[in-house]
Amino acid sequence: MSETTVADTRRLNSKPQDLTDAYGPPSNFLEIDVYDPQTIGVGRNRFTTYEVRMRTNLPIFKLKESCVRRRYSDFEWLKNELERDSKIVVPPLPGKALKRQLPFRGDEGIFEESFIEERRVGLEQFINRIAGHPLAQNERCLHMFLQEESIDRNYIPGKVRQ
Amino acid sequence: MSFFSFGQSAEIDIVLNDAETRKKVEHKTEDGKKDKYFLFYDGETVSGKVNVTLKNPGKRLEHQGIKIEFIGQIELYYDRGNHHEFVSLVKDLARPGELTQSQTFDFEFTHVEKPYESYTGQNVKLRYFLRATISRRLNDISKEMDIVVHTLSTYPELNSSIKMEVGIEDCLHIEFEYNKSKYHLKDVIVGKIYFLLVRIKIKHMEIDIIKRETTGTGPNVYHENDTIAKYEIMDGAPVRGESIPIRLFLAGYEMTPTMRDINKKFSVRYYLNLVLIDEEERRYFKQQEITLWRKGDIVRKSMSHQAVIASQRFEGSSSAEKALAQAKEDSN
Repeated sequence: MSETTVADTRRLNSKPQDLTDAYGPPSNFLEIDVYDPQTIGVGRNRFTTYEVRMRTNLPIFKLKESCVRRRYSDFEWLKNELERDSKIVVPPLPGKALKRQLPFRGDEGIFEESFIEERRVGLEQFINRIAGHPLAQNERCLHMFLQEESIDRNYIPGKVRQ
Repeated sequence: MSFFSFGQSAEIDIVLNDAETRKKVEHKTEDGKKDKYFLFYDGETVSGKVNVTLKNPGKRLEHQGIKIEFIGQIELYYDRGNHHEFVSLVKDLARPGELTQSQTFDFEFTHVEKPYESYTGQNVKLRYFLRATISRRLNDISKEMDIVVHTLSTYPELNSSIKMEVGIEDCLHIEFEYNKSKYHLKDVIVGKIYFLLVRIKIKHMEIDIIKRETTGTGPNVYHENDTIAKYEIMDGAPVRGESIPIRLFLAGYEMTPTMRDINKKFSVRYYLNLVLIDEEERRYFKQQEITLWRKGDIVRKSMSHQAVIASQRFEGSSSAEKALAQAKEDSN
């Protein structure tokens, strides 16, 4: 039982990589920007919209490039739809800032520049985290949010198949 | 032990006959400390002497009998009162009477069966020990000496590789391969991960070794998972066609052999967990059980004949027969 052999630690055989795969563009390109906040309307009926621009090469998304305008309540709608239908743990949205909507504030409330910027950053993180999740990518609500001009709140929830 | 000991008391000392030559190994105690104990294998004889030293020379020690036991038992921490003894041998050293002076008693437990390996875990302990007892009317005097038992195996005849293709549809497909399914404790896990499809943003990949200790039966089964090792095998984003090698040396980690349903009381099993982590800290993993076994050391001249017999009981292979012949030669 004198086993003086050294363990064989040579690599297992593997197929050589195709150079077009090695140096080609990665198949996981997904970039979503939330930018250009615009406050529209007057007085008490004002609200802020953000541009949501998406660029991707993932085949699950019909459009490889899309650009839509969304407001905070649209993001809330998306969060609720995903919490109900998908199995994922939905990341948190930036705050609703109800206190900022009370009257008699010294500043612009929810239309304060610094607040809008803070919210913009939070929304960008939120949408990137969701859109990259394999289980969320199947949800029709996400596709509608990212790639359709406007959100039809009477849509039929469901899954998207390639 | 009474503080006010009127009358005689004694100290017991257990000494093995082969204490000079027998190997000692480190074994973790319940509170995490490491101590050294004599190492025994299945089938080996346990022999030695019990020294009874009278504390007050000149006074007699009355007793109801002196005996020595060899015990192998399983202790479940949540059920301390019940020890499950699977080996229980006893030798009487002296009939009831009295000792007038310190005395030494010889004992021998011949070719003792030690079917399981010593194990100290999170919720269960399996131990072997000698216990010498002087029975008395009011209080017994006893001394225990723990020993450690290792169970040996030889290279299994069948040791297929583990090869599988797994993934998330349209997002991630990988093919992983590990060169064996049964590894000895000083072995090397050689493998590879081949990426067939990568549509998520992977940040890094690691292999974890998880030990799962299972105690209890039926509805009271309890699993205790412990991550013994985390070993990063890839840093950065892979693309299709990429092959990542795995080379994980097991000798650096504290592990025991796989123990399945020991005396129907507990199990200790090991799993390889392949974990991929993406840029949003999402974890994708695939767990695969491996069998760990203990390889015997190179046969040295001091290794007893019995140990060779013991190793022959497992996966009896021709190499064990050769070892037997070699040991016979060595002892001549």
